[in-house]
Amino acid sequence: MAAPPRHSSMMATNAGAPQSGANDRQQVTQQSLTPQPTQGLRVPSNRKTIYDRHLNRSRNAESSRASFAYLFGEMVTYAQRRVTGIQDLEKRLNEQGYPLGLRLLDLLFYRSTSTSSSALSSSSTSSSPPNRPLRIITLLHLIHGPLWRLLFQRSADALEHSVSPDTPNEYMITDNDPLVNTYISVPREMSMLNCAAFVAGIIEGVCDGCGFEAKVSAHNQPTEMWPSRTVFLVRFGDSVMEREKVLERNGVK
Amino acid sequence: MLHTQAVFSLIIINKAGGLIYQREFQAGLRKLSTNDYLVLAGTFHGVHAITRSITPKIPLAPTTNSPAASPGTSTPAASSYSYPNPGASVSGLDYLESDKFRLTCFQTLTGTKFLLFTDPMTGNVETIINKIYDLYADYVMKNPFYQLEMPVRCEAFDRHLGAWLRGRT
Repeated sequence: MAAPPRHSSMMATNAGAPQSGANDRQQVTQQSLTPQPTQGLRVPSNRKTIYDRHLNRSRNAESSRASFAYLFGEMVTYAQRRVTGIQDLEKRLNEQGYPLGLRLLDLLFYRSTSTSSSALSSSSTSSSPPNRPLRIITLLHLIHGPLWRLLFQRSADALEHSVSPDTPNEYMITDNDPLVNTYISVPREMSMLNCAAFVAGIIEGVCDGCGFEAKVSAHNQPTEMWPSRTVFLVRFGDSVMEREKVLERNGVK
Repeated sequence: MLHTQAVFSLIIINKAGGLIYQREFQAGLRKLSTNDYLVLAGTFHGVHAITRSITPKIPLAPTTNSPAASPGTSTPAASSYSYPNPGASVSGLDYLESDKFRLTCFQTLTGTKFLLFTDPMTGNVETIINKIYDLYADYVMKNPFYQLEMPVRCEAFDRHLGAWLRGRT
């Protein structure tokens, strides 16, 4: 089993600690930590930091909805500083989500390979098929299902292709009640704004990370039953559409 | 059923005594102008402060006081009086009842006051007010577009408050 990065190795104060067994080391770090409690990162007493946890352990790893709501509220307030308009604000929220999408993609692949192929240790290379999506539909299913479950613990509510022949590169992902907008009431004078632009940024990051150049935006489409229903409009670039045609001709799934 | 569960209206007053929210839940209430509501909120805020400061203190029992007060040190008179329940903070006006309505006041730790007008027969007003406080904490305080101490204009708060009160009756 690959050892997760030990937290102690990241702390400069521990450089002089003697290299010894795991039991010893625990004592040493505790001793060296007690005199200077203000330095470095805070380490819990059982030494289970986020770096010690296994990446695949997703159970009980949820964070509190209230603390997320406060954090996201502050992110919106921060993005709101010195913006020129609603579009500018949405662009900033989008940019905050984009790097998150790029990184989430790696975690998503890591988790899906190790859970789908349980016999990872017996045949390490051949058992895990390349699961990077090559076609648009596979990518969108990845976003609609696994990505949404990773972020919000449920799948998105709908996935549609644009019916208009002019825009074959547009796809819609619908969320009836986006988690990020649960506690947010947008003032009437900004009614066009949808703070789920942050989630749109995450989707954009995932698409770009897979090699599908795309622009994603979030739009309000309230219904009687779902007042905060949001549609994420995914617009793929021309190069992606051309490649899609080639792949379709060659029968690549 | 004679047992009515009517909630007439809700008023929220910020810690400076300004009206930040007012909503009626029953048709046919006598209408007040916005200005009157502001005056009502300010007046209540003042009355509440007065009721808090006139909370009577009772003298401490002399048996506990006399051994400590030796002839040389004259203890100040104020210290020999204390509130009936020293652990609890002085709450001031809690509710006001007439034969047509009951006004319940709930003050949060930060000084925001929730005034709930209900039918005098309504039971469990405490639960209702706590739920309203819950909804306020969720849909007002977690909303990045709400400015503290300013009037509450949060559509999600209105919606959830209305839905919850409708679901109760």
